[in-house]
Amino acid sequence: MLGQIFVLLCLSSAWAQQLCMPEASDGYKVRLSINTALGDQAYVWNENEMFLFRATLAFAMRSYSGGQDYNVSNIVVCAETPRVSFWFVVTAPLNSSRLIDRSDVEEAVRKSRNRINSAFLLTDRSLEFIGIPPILTAPVTPDTPQWLIVFGVVMGAVGAGIVVLLVTSVVEKKRKKNKKSGDEDIEEEPREKTEGNGFARDGVYNMSFSDDDPVTQM
Amino acid sequence: MGKTKDSGVEERPKWDNKVQYLLTCIGSTAGLGNVWRFPYLCQTYGGGAFLIPYLIALVFEGLPLLYLELAIGQRLRMGSISVWTSISPLLGGVGIASMLVSVLVGIYYNTILAWVLWYFFHSFQNPLPWSQCPLNDNLTGYNVECVKSTPSNYFWYRETLNITPDIETSGSLHWWLVICLASAWFVVYVCFIKGIASIGKAVYVTATFPFLVLTVLMIRGLTLPGGTDGLVYLFTPDWEILKNPQVWLDAFTQIFFSLSLAFGGLIAFSSYNPERNNCERDAILVGVINSATSIYASISIFSILGFKATTAFNSCVKENILALTNHFEFSDQNITADHYDHWVEYLNRTSPGELASVDLRHCDLQTFLDQSASGTGLAFIVFTEAVVEMPGSHIWAILFFVMLFTLGLSSMFGAIEGILRPIKDLKLMPKWMPNELLTAVICSIAFLTAFIFTMGSGNYWVEVFSSYAGSVPLLIIAFFEIIGVIYGRGMKTFSEDIYFMTGKRPNIFWKACWMVISPVMLLVVLVAYVGIQAQTHPSYHAWNPAYELFPKTEMKPYPDWVFAIIVLLCVLPVISIPLVALYQLVRSRIKRSSALVDLNPYCNDSFEVEPQEQKNQRA
Repeated sequence: MLGQIFVLLCLSSAWAQQLCMPEASDGYKVRLSINTALGDQAYVWNENEMFLFRATLAFAMRSYSGGQDYNVSNIVVCAETPRVSFWFVVTAPLNSSRLIDRSDVEEAVRKSRNRINSAFLLTDRSLEFIGIPPILTAPVTPDTPQWLIVFGVVMGAVGAGIVVLLVTSVVEKKRKKNKKSGDEDIEEEPREKTEGNGFARDGVYNMSFSDDDPVTQM
Repeated sequence: MGKTKDSGVEERPKWDNKVQYLLTCIGSTAGLGNVWRFPYLCQTYGGGAFLIPYLIALVFEGLPLLYLELAIGQRLRMGSISVWTSISPLLGGVGIASMLVSVLVGIYYNTILAWVLWYFFHSFQNPLPWSQCPLNDNLTGYNVECVKSTPSNYFWYRETLNITPDIETSGSLHWWLVICLASAWFVVYVCFIKGIASIGKAVYVTATFPFLVLTVLMIRGLTLPGGTDGLVYLFTPDWEILKNPQVWLDAFTQIFFSLSLAFGGLIAFSSYNPERNNCERDAILVGVINSATSIYASISIFSILGFKATTAFNSCVKENILALTNHFEFSDQNITADHYDHWVEYLNRTSPGELASVDLRHCDLQTFLDQSASGTGLAFIVFTEAVVEMPGSHIWAILFFVMLFTLGLSSMFGAIEGILRPIKDLKLMPKWMPNELLTAVICSIAFLTAFIFTMGSGNYWVEVFSSYAGSVPLLIIAFFEIIGVIYGRGMKTFSEDIYFMTGKRPNIFWKACWMVISPVMLLVVLVAYVGIQAQTHPSYHAWNPAYELFPKTEMKPYPDWVFAIIVLLCVLPVISIPLVALYQLVRSRIKRSSALVDLNPYCNDSFEVEPQEQKNQRA
């Protein structure tokens, strides 16, 4: 009796193994890049890790199918390589010779992708399901684009600067005017305060004296 | 005689101290071209070997012209139009031409500053917007245009410029560029509000900050992996290149445009100096610092670009390793970048067929280093890509764009001064108009005119302006400047001027340069430049996503109406030189028939005792 059960189990596992093979139509290839992702913190891929993988995938199938009893035994793995990469197929919980459809598996994986990734401390890029594209996260766009805020700050500062400078120059001019109107002196102000010799601005520069020697020739 | 002339005659502004003047001149000459044109030329023309024609150009063309402009401005103490009119009324057109060129350049140059501001505002965003592609409309993948080119290309051409496929399609006005342009003009206005009193204070920041940032960038670049590779690549001399005349032409034009000559701004700045000021030392100082800035900037830029090339090379190798690992199912990280070549050799020996089926990219560091760019491409595409790879990329982006902004801003000061000073000297504005209002009016007009550059085809127009309005007219004006001073005013008088200002006469080197070497060089450069431009029908690079070789830019010829505008841009500023000369000649002939009016300013009318009729009567 025990012997028969044993043979049946062996046969069923062999049968399951036949369901899973590389390039299986309802299977997916999984590729892990643990060393690249984790560097020094990398763990060694062994049977236990494989068990965890099958368990998480069973969890994913359960979440997707709304509670159907998927077990670790329903996830069949084969063609493991040192890369680490392997193929897997999912069998139905009640009928282990029936494979779950590719599209259902894909949906299940997509739905729980985040949980699967975090079980292995990996990301979409280091835990790849070949054929299932990672979900693209749209970048977060706040209501006011951030650059407008910076622009507002800069413009505010510049505008304040302009107002301050204009106001101070207007105030200075008024002050000068008040001082001048009270000034009774009618002095001929020098035209150019920076010119030492009263060089007239709106005439033609008189060159006839520039050739003169400082000491007139005898 | 008793009227107080408080509102009529203004004090001529003057510098608070010598440092302000020098910083303004240095800032005016050191501009964006030092950062993004010179390193490109250095790299293209054989690295260290390019320094030879460059330094020869500096000594024989740049410094004499710079000295001439500073001296004539300081001696005659007037803005560009009045200076030339006082040397000889026939030369009045030179000043007008300077002013027109300043107008044209000022309009488009500030658009570049608007783009810099746009990038600066976005440098605060996390993550940097040019580091990743946006999703497409139905969120299934990344935007196609972005994927085909790179995220930095996409951000520049699509999100910043929203560029049209060719110059004829104008597209619409882009509001985001308009407000960046407005902020650029507001900043220019706030610096210019009180004339050189406010510029003098602004240049303490705008002229010194770029050097600080370049130093920091250089240190950062040299400490990054691959930084020194970039430097070695840049300065490795290729002496063969010196036989190519194009190199010499580019060296001479680069020096000329780099020193902001012929804009009239430098003449105006030096006219605010005290009369006795050693302008020879100033000119040498400004010229040498400008060239040193170019070389210094190229060190900083190329160390960063070396890092970028190394990063690109490393990721190329990593991609290949991944492809090999995946195909041959080796253990992850079994193949490392160091042993990559050994592995490829080994695989080639053991399973060449399999190896051939793997799609390997050819990774060569030289190829990545060769990817050069100049102009806006360097700043907004190549450098931004490099910054994304650096740790702490936000800080570097912010520093870089503030540096570009301050470099461009101080150059704008020269251009705006070249516009404002002649207007004030000619007293074109009514007496009641305060200076602040005039500056505001000029800035507003320039802002509104620059709307062309904020449209979809704006970038193409900026290239048109920068290639044609800011090139040939300047060469022509500079040529007439030097001829006008040396032969119009006279070498002897000019030597006396310099003796008056500096206490010693110019030595034989300066005289030889001014009288022969520089004019000849200018003429040769002008003729060669125009000759080369005229050989091919001008064309431009268009960013066209529908092009079959996209992401390469499409070379399109300029349509005829654009070509007409190009000719107009070249001719319009310089047409005033012959026109004014002609007008003055005609006017003097008319006047000569009635009274003795000599065009020679050496002749002082106040000593004409006897008019011609009286002389005839006596005789």
